[in-house]
Amino acid sequence: MDVILFAIFAFLSVACAVIMIAQKHPVSSALSLIGVMGSLAILYLLLGATFIAAAQLIVYAGAIMVLFLIVIMLLNAGEEPKPSHQSLIARLLGAPLIVVFLGALGFIIYISIPTEETKVTFAAAKAGSAEDVGMALFTRYLLPFEITSVLVLIAILGAVVLARKEME
Amino acid sequence: MPPLPQELINGVPINAYLGLSAVLFTLGVAGFLFRKNLITVFMCIELMLNAVNLSFVAFSYKHGKVDGHLFTFFVMVVAAAEAAVGLAIILTVFKNRQTLLVDEVDSLKL
Repeated sequence: MDVILFAIFAFLSVACAVIMIAQKHPVSSALSLIGVMGSLAILYLLLGATFIAAAQLIVYAGAIMVLFLIVIMLLNAGEEPKPSHQSLIARLLGAPLIVVFLGALGFIIYISIPTEETKVTFAAAKAGSAEDVGMALFTRYLLPFEITSVLVLIAILGAVVLARKEME
Repeated sequence: MPPLPQELINGVPINAYLGLSAVLFTLGVAGFLFRKNLITVFMCIELMLNAVNLSFVAFSYKHGKVDGHLFTFFVMVVAAAEAAVGLAIILTVFKNRQTLLVDEVDSLKL
């Protein structure tokens, strides 16, 4: 079951990522990115990270992507123009070189994979519920958590200052 | 449907998660380099952050600890702050220059 779900959502996330960088229109890219984030949320669930999966859906797929879509529509961003000039060398040598590079990289990664590896199943996950995360967040990681609140406050102020109208 | 081999029934190898994370990160880098639209470039950065989050959670599973989840949580918070500020910068760039193409925003170029 874990394997099937992993295969489906891993494929979905990679497909959405490819569509995202292949699309010319920013709205299509943003919608594909939501697809990537949704599939990643399922993968977090398979890893037992229930709290992070929920946060991924709410914060990333919800809040951040809505912000992106609002800005795209506000600026009425259209399609990108075609690249005006492409060097002949890059066009001829690019594809073969990338195949060589990926082959070498894949080989190096393949020979360095350890033979004993952890198997991931949802049932065997040890930590990751909201309770575990909350306990760690408010005890060991309390100082970073508080500093984060200051960071967010600064970000709000920065966004307001940058986006306001110029006063006469 | 043929039955799955035994080693796959036991669970997904953790290397599969790390490989997926690497692939997504590479796609993010590729989009960052190839795309011309400022907003799309920004979305590729978000994709890279997501890819790194996946490996944090995978390593957290491997060690049976919750620390990786917290790193992911902090990355999410920073990404939200970054999105707010970055999109405000994009708005300002568009207001001053009426363009979103990265090639045309090159005042700092020598």
